Amino acid sequence: MTAPAIELKGISKAFGPVQANKDISISVQPGTIHGIIGENGAGKSTLMSILYGFYKADAGEIFIKGQKTLIPDSQAAIRAGIGMVFQHFKLVENFTVLENIILGAEHGAMLNSSLSNARKELKHLAEEYGLNVDPDEVIENLSVGHQQRVEILKALYRKAEILILDEPTGVLTPAEADQLFRILDRLREEGKTIILITHKLREIMEFTDTVSVMRRGEMTATVKTSETSPEHLAELMVGRKVLLRVDKKPAEPSETVLDIKGLRVVDEAGVERVKGIDLTVRAGEIVGIAGVAGNGQSELLEVLGGFADGTGEITMNGTALPLTGHGADGQARRAAGISHVPEDRQREGLIMEFAAWENTVFGYHHSPEIQNGILMDNNGIYTEAEAKMQRFDVRPPDPKLAAKNFSGGNQQKIVLAREIERNPDLLLIGQPTRGVDIGAIEFIHQQVVNLRDQGKAILLVSVELEEILSLADRVVVMFDGHITGERVASQTNEKELGLLMAGITDTSAVANGNGGNENSTQEVHADG
Amino acid sequence: MDFLTLLQVLDTSVRLATPLLLACLAGLYSERSGVVDIGLEGKMLAAAFFSAAVAFYSGNAWVGLLAGVGASVALAVVHGLASITFRGNQLISGVAINFLAAGMTVLVAQSWFRQGGRTPPLEGDARFNPIELPFAIGPTDAAAADRPLSQLIAEAGPLQQFYSELISGHSSLVYLALLTVPFTWWLLFRTRFGLRLRAVGENPAAVDTAGVSVVWLRYAAVLLCGVLCGVAGAYLSSALQAGFVKDMTAGRGFIALAALIFAKWRPVYALWACLLFGLFQALELRPDIIENVIGLKVQVQLLGALPYILTVVILAGFVGKAIPPKASAEPYIKER
Repeated sequence: MTAPAIELKGISKAFGPVQANKDISISVQPGTIHGIIGENGAGKSTLMSILYGFYKADAGEIFIKGQKTLIPDSQAAIRAGIGMVFQHFKLVENFTVLENIILGAEHGAMLNSSLSNARKELKHLAEEYGLNVDPDEVIENLSVGHQQRVEILKALYRKAEILILDEPTGVLTPAEADQLFRILDRLREEGKTIILITHKLREIMEFTDTVSVMRRGEMTATVKTSETSPEHLAELMVGRKVLLRVDKKPAEPSETVLDIKGLRVVDEAGVERVKGIDLTVRAGEIVGIAGVAGNGQSELLEVLGGFADGTGEITMNGTALPLTGHGADGQARRAAGISHVPEDRQREGLIMEFAAWENTVFGYHHSPEIQNGILMDNNGIYTEAEAKMQRFDVRPPDPKLAAKNFSGGNQQKIVLAREIERNPDLLLIGQPTRGVDIGAIEFIHQQVVNLRDQGKAILLVSVELEEILSLADRVVVMFDGHITGERVASQTNEKELGLLMAGITDTSAVANGNGGNENSTQEVHADG
Repeated sequence: MDFLTLLQVLDTSVRLATPLLLACLAGLYSERSGVVDIGLEGKMLAAAFFSAAVAFYSGNAWVGLLAGVGASVALAVVHGLASITFRGNQLISGVAINFLAAGMTVLVAQSWFRQGGRTPPLEGDARFNPIELPFAIGPTDAAAADRPLSQLIAEAGPLQQFYSELISGHSSLVYLALLTVPFTWWLLFRTRFGLRLRAVGENPAAVDTAGVSVVWLRYAAVLLCGVLCGVAGAYLSSALQAGFVKDMTAGRGFIALAALIFAKWRPVYALWACLLFGLFQALELRPDIIENVIGLKVQVQLLGALPYILTVVILAGFVGKAIPPKASAEPYIKER
C-alpha cells in the first residue's frame, strides 16, 4: 500500500471557548476523491484553513506523502503541493486570466517572460485536463464556472498534487457543476488527490471514493462511499441528539394570515435566490422553514419584512401587499401587521451603539403613543423599556446600557420584546437562537409558542433542524430557491428533512415509521 | 498672445506641475496597493522644511533632499503602522499626519532659526539650480554676450525658443519627476512587483492565498510614496522657492489627490492631469493672459478651484468612470 497523499493526525483547534476541531484524523490515498461532509459550523472549513496555513492547529500533525510537514502559511501549503479552491474565489477581477494565474508564482522579476511561460503551460494544462479558458480574458467577464476553472488552473500551475475544493458547487448552475465533476474525474485519473468539502449528499454519493463525516468539530466517521447510503450519512451528519423540549400543545390553526404565490426574488448581484414559491401561514400555527443557509430563506424573509423587492403575489389577511416601491418598505409591512425578528440581529435588528431603551422603539418610532408634540416622549419610552426588559427577563435590566454590551441571548430578547409586544398578526423570526446560550433559548422558544397560542401566525426560519422540529408545527424545506417538501413536524425526523435539505425529494427510505430512527421519532411524537 | 508668452506660461506650468506630479505618483503607489493617503500634503510639508533646513546647514541641496526624503519616509512609516499593522482608519491617520506636519514644521523652524517659522533663504549650491541643456540659450550665453537673456531668446528662431525656454533651464528634480512617469508605468505594468502591487489593491485575499505577504507589499508601496513625497517637498523649498515658509505646500497634496482621481490611477494620465492643473496654477499668476485671450476677466480664485471642480465632474461620471482600486482604504484582515 502506498503512503497516503495526505494524512492528518489528531488535529485540534479552538477559538476561545469554541472547539472548532477536536482530535481530527484522516488519511487520503493518492488518486482518489475524498469527501468531507457536515452541517454548517461542523468545523470543515476550519480544518481546511489549517491545511492551507491560514490557522495554526493547537495540536496535531500533518503528513504529506508520508513526510511530516509543517504548514505555517499559504506559501508552505503551496510548496507542499496543496492547492485550494475557495468557496469565494480569490481572483483579482480586473486582471486577465493569465495575470491571475502567475500572481505569486512568477518566473522572474519581469512579467513578459512569466506571461509567455504561463501561456504555454496553460495550453498544455487545457489539453491535458479539458480546462479551456481564454488566457487573455478579464476575470470579471467570465462566468462563475469559468472563474472556478481559473482557480483550479492556478493550483495546477503551482504543481498541486492535492486539490481541496470548498463547497465548489454552491455558486454553480447544475450544468456547470456537472462540468466541474467531469474535470475532477479527469484529475483523479491523472493521479491527483482531491478533497471535496460539501454538505450535498448527492455529490458525495456520486463522485467520491471515501467520505468523512464531521459533526460539531469532531470526525464522526470515515467510510468507503460504496459501502454507505445517503440515509446513513445523513444520520451521521445530524447525529442522534436529544431534541430540545418545547412545552407546547398541538396547534389549532384557523384562517390563513399569509398567502404567498409564485414569489421570486433576485438579489443585487442578479442571481435568482427564490425561484417561485407558494406558501401559506395560518393563524395559530408556527411554520418552520428548514434549509441549509443560502438556499433562499433569507431573501424570503427580506421580502416579507420589506427590505428587498420581489415579484409574485403576497396577501396578508386577504389584502395584497405591494412587493416593490415605497409601499413595500418596512414601515408599510409593520402597518400591515407584520413584525420581524431579523436573522442578523446585530446588523438588522439593533443599532449596537445605541442604548437598549432606544432600541426598544426602532421601527415603531412614528407610533403616536410615544410622541409628545413634535418631540418623542423619551421618558415614556424609557419607563416602558424598563418594564419590557423585566417582562422579557433581559439581563442586566439596565435600559441605559448600549445594545452591544448585552449577550447574544439578551440582545435577542430586546428585539423580541419590541416585535412581539406590538401584537402583530404575523411574526417573522429568523435564526431566533443563533449565538444564544441554552438558558435563553428555552425562554425565547416559549415566547414564540405563547404568541402562537394567542392565535398569531408565525413564520420561523432556522438552519438548526432541532429547533425547527421542536418549535414548528409544520415544516417547509427550501433548497436552491425552491420548496422541496412540506412535512408535519410531529410526523417527520431529522434524517428525512436532511435529505430534503440536500435536494433529495425521494425520502421514502427514511420517512417516519419506515425504518427511520426509532429514538428520535418517539421524541418528536412526545414533543408534538 | 505671442509664441514666447505662451512658452513662458507653459514653462511656469511645468515648474508648478512638478511637485503635483511627484505627489500624485506617490499617491498612486499607495492607493494602488489599497492604502488611501490624504497625508501627501503633510509629508511634502515636512520634507520641504527638513530639506531646506539641512540644505541651509550643509550648503548642499542634495544632502537637503536626503533629509527631506527621510522626514517624509518617517511619516510614511507612521501611516503604514497605523493603517497596515494596526489596521486603523486610513483617513484619520492621514489627517493626523497633515496636522502634525503643519504644526511641527513651524515649531521646529522657529526653534532653530527664529525667523517666524521660516528658514533663511537658500543660496548657491544649497538650491537646485536650473540646468542648461546643450545648445540651449541660457544665462552663460547671456553673460558671454553681455546682454539680457530675454533679449537673446526673443531674437532666436521658434524651435530654439521652444527648446531654450520650455525644455531647457529646469532644475534636475523637474527632469527626475518627468522620468518617474515612464518608470512608474514600467514598474507597475511590466514587473512582478507591479503585478503584485496592483493585485493587493484590488483583492488582497488573492495575493495572500497566493503565498505573498500583503503587509510587506503595502509597506513597500507606502515607503515609495514617502520617497516621492519627500522629493516633491524638497523641490518646493529648494528648487521652486529658495527656502521654507509656513504652509508652503498650500494644498498641493490635495490637488495631487484630485489629479490622481482625474488620472484614474494611471501614471501617464497622471502626467497630463498634473500638467493641466499646473497650467491652471500658472494662469493664476498671470490673469492678464486670460483676459487678453478670451477677453473676459476671470477671477483667479476660480482657476484655483478648477482642479477640484474638474475632479467632481470626473467623479460624477461625466467623463468616463473613475474606479478606484477595489480594496482602497480597507485594512486587510485574514478571514475564512
